[in-house]
Amino acid sequence: MIFNSINIFAIIGRIFINFLRTVGNVSIFAVNSVLSIFSPPFYGRAILSSLYQIGFTSLPVIGLTAIFTGAALALNIYDGSIRFNAEAFLPQILGVSITRELGPVMAALMLAGRSASAMAAEIGTMRVTEQIDAMSTLKVKPFNYLIAPRIIAGVIAMPLLVLIADIIGIYGGWLVAVYGLDFSGTIFIRNLSDFLVMRDITSGLIKAGVFGFIISLMGCYYGFHSGGGARGVGDATRTAVVAAAVLILASNYLMTSLLVKV
Amino acid sequence: MENSKISIRDVSKSFGTKKVLQKLSLEVPEGKSFVILGPSGVGKSILLKTMLGIVTPEQGVIEIDGVNILSSRKTRIDKTNQIGMLFQGAALFDSFKVWENIAFRLIQGEGQSRKQARIRADECLAQVGLTPDVANAYPSEISGGMQKRVGLARAIAAKPKILFFDEPTTGLDPIMADIINTLIKEQVSALGATAISITHDMASAKKIGDRLAMLHQGQIIWQGSADEIDHSGNGIVDQFINGRAEGPLVLTS
Ligand SMILES: Nc1ncnc2c1ncn2[C@@H]1O[C@H](COP(=O)(O)OP(=O)(O)OP(=O)(O)O)[C@@H](O)[C@H]1O
Ligand SMILES: [Mg+2]
Repeated sequence: MIFNSINIFAIIGRIFINFLRTVGNVSIFAVNSVLSIFSPPFYGRAILSSLYQIGFTSLPVIGLTAIFTGAALALNIYDGSIRFNAEAFLPQILGVSITRELGPVMAALMLAGRSASAMAAEIGTMRVTEQIDAMSTLKVKPFNYLIAPRIIAGVIAMPLLVLIADIIGIYGGWLVAVYGLDFSGTIFIRNLSDFLVMRDITSGLIKAGVFGFIISLMGCYYGFHSGGGARGVGDATRTAVVAAAVLILASNYLMTSLLVKV
Repeated sequence: MENSKISIRDVSKSFGTKKVLQKLSLEVPEGKSFVILGPSGVGKSILLKTMLGIVTPEQGVIEIDGVNILSSRKTRIDKTNQIGMLFQGAALFDSFKVWENIAFRLIQGEGQSRKQARIRADECLAQVGLTPDVANAYPSEISGGMQKRVGLARAIAAKPKILFFDEPTTGLDPIMADIINTLIKEQVSALGATAISITHDMASAKKIGDRLAMLHQGQIIWQGSADEIDHSGNGIVDQFINGRAEGPLVLTS
């Protein structure tokens, strides 16, 4: 009995220590990544190709996610607000929900599944096939060449994607409101634009920048530390996506509570 | 007494409980071709990686040109930048074309124009016996032996002062193996480079090596010239060069 409880403490202790170690390692990696962004050499081509990969090729996924989310959200808001005769506020509620919360979070989660996994798999494969070692023998620092461009691209691309997601998401809600719920299209837009303030949009974009950083950081970190073989890369990919998603949701709450200043 | 280009003293490296290098010491003379022999899994690749600064040993000193590369990050990078390395698995960048792989250091590391680097890449490609049409292929589109030769071309492209070859002829046919051996010899004499090669192949060891060394249980247990190895008087060396399963050398892992 006593031995059993000691065992449990030992296991909990070990898990906790491992957790702290990971947090420490990720923090060091994050600091090194940020330092490598500001230290030459800079690889413009690598940044552009990361921007293309993370930003441009994600557009269809982000667009589809946004339009369906916006459409479903409009239906839900209507159905809920009609109970206290407040359905006229649909545009306002829709606008705030999408710009502040759903646009950034949905886009970030989609991108975590899409880009964090791709980065972890790509960098992880380079790790296990010794391409990263080879790079360092060719006078190129892997941090500057592989990590920095992806972090930069994540932080730049994510707010742009969210801006687009906001617009498409609201358009999805507008379609439902106008063609399904007999709203007037122009009044919808007028109400929305009278109501929304800059802070609604910028707070979402600030979140988006942080989410972009998290996505690239997790993809790079787990790829860079991938274990051997196909299995190691598989593990790295899965862990990167899960870690990115959890950090996105947790940091979202944290940032929201700071940004709404309650 | 010749100058040592690389000098290793009491280097130890283990992975978990597995001791790979145990207080290993080694002097590699400048401008010579050095060959390291040893059975699979003995730590030959790890030894090269410690000299490259990729693997950090728990203890010991690794000097290149008399400077300890373990003393600071800057000296490590400065000194190891003069090494060209052929990895055991070639380690080509699979998102780059063959010629871009060869020119990678020239373009990304040294800021040469793509046009200028292309000329050197084609030159190196020819040196390793590959036809120009391979230049625009991707590594996944060429055979393993060809990948090895591209890896070799990439290692020599920047005309480094030190060359490491991790099993350069493994996976090549005997004729191509001989071409590569000749090439290594040429590079060493033409560039005045210091070379360290790992090989299992006794014929190529004798051909390219000015000096041969045998790695066993984390240490260099024998070294000498190519002529001396046939009558080394060392049971392990004898067993290894004659490829006998029976003997003092027991392969465990
Ligand atoms: N990252 C690592 N983690 C744990 N053990 C490792 C690691 N890298 C190498 N080893 C161990 O170190 C030992 C030496 O490996 P190394 O690759 O140097 O062998 P080698 O002499 O080059 O063999 P081969 O001729 O087959 O290439 C092996 O037993 C291997 O299991
Ligand atoms: Mg090896």
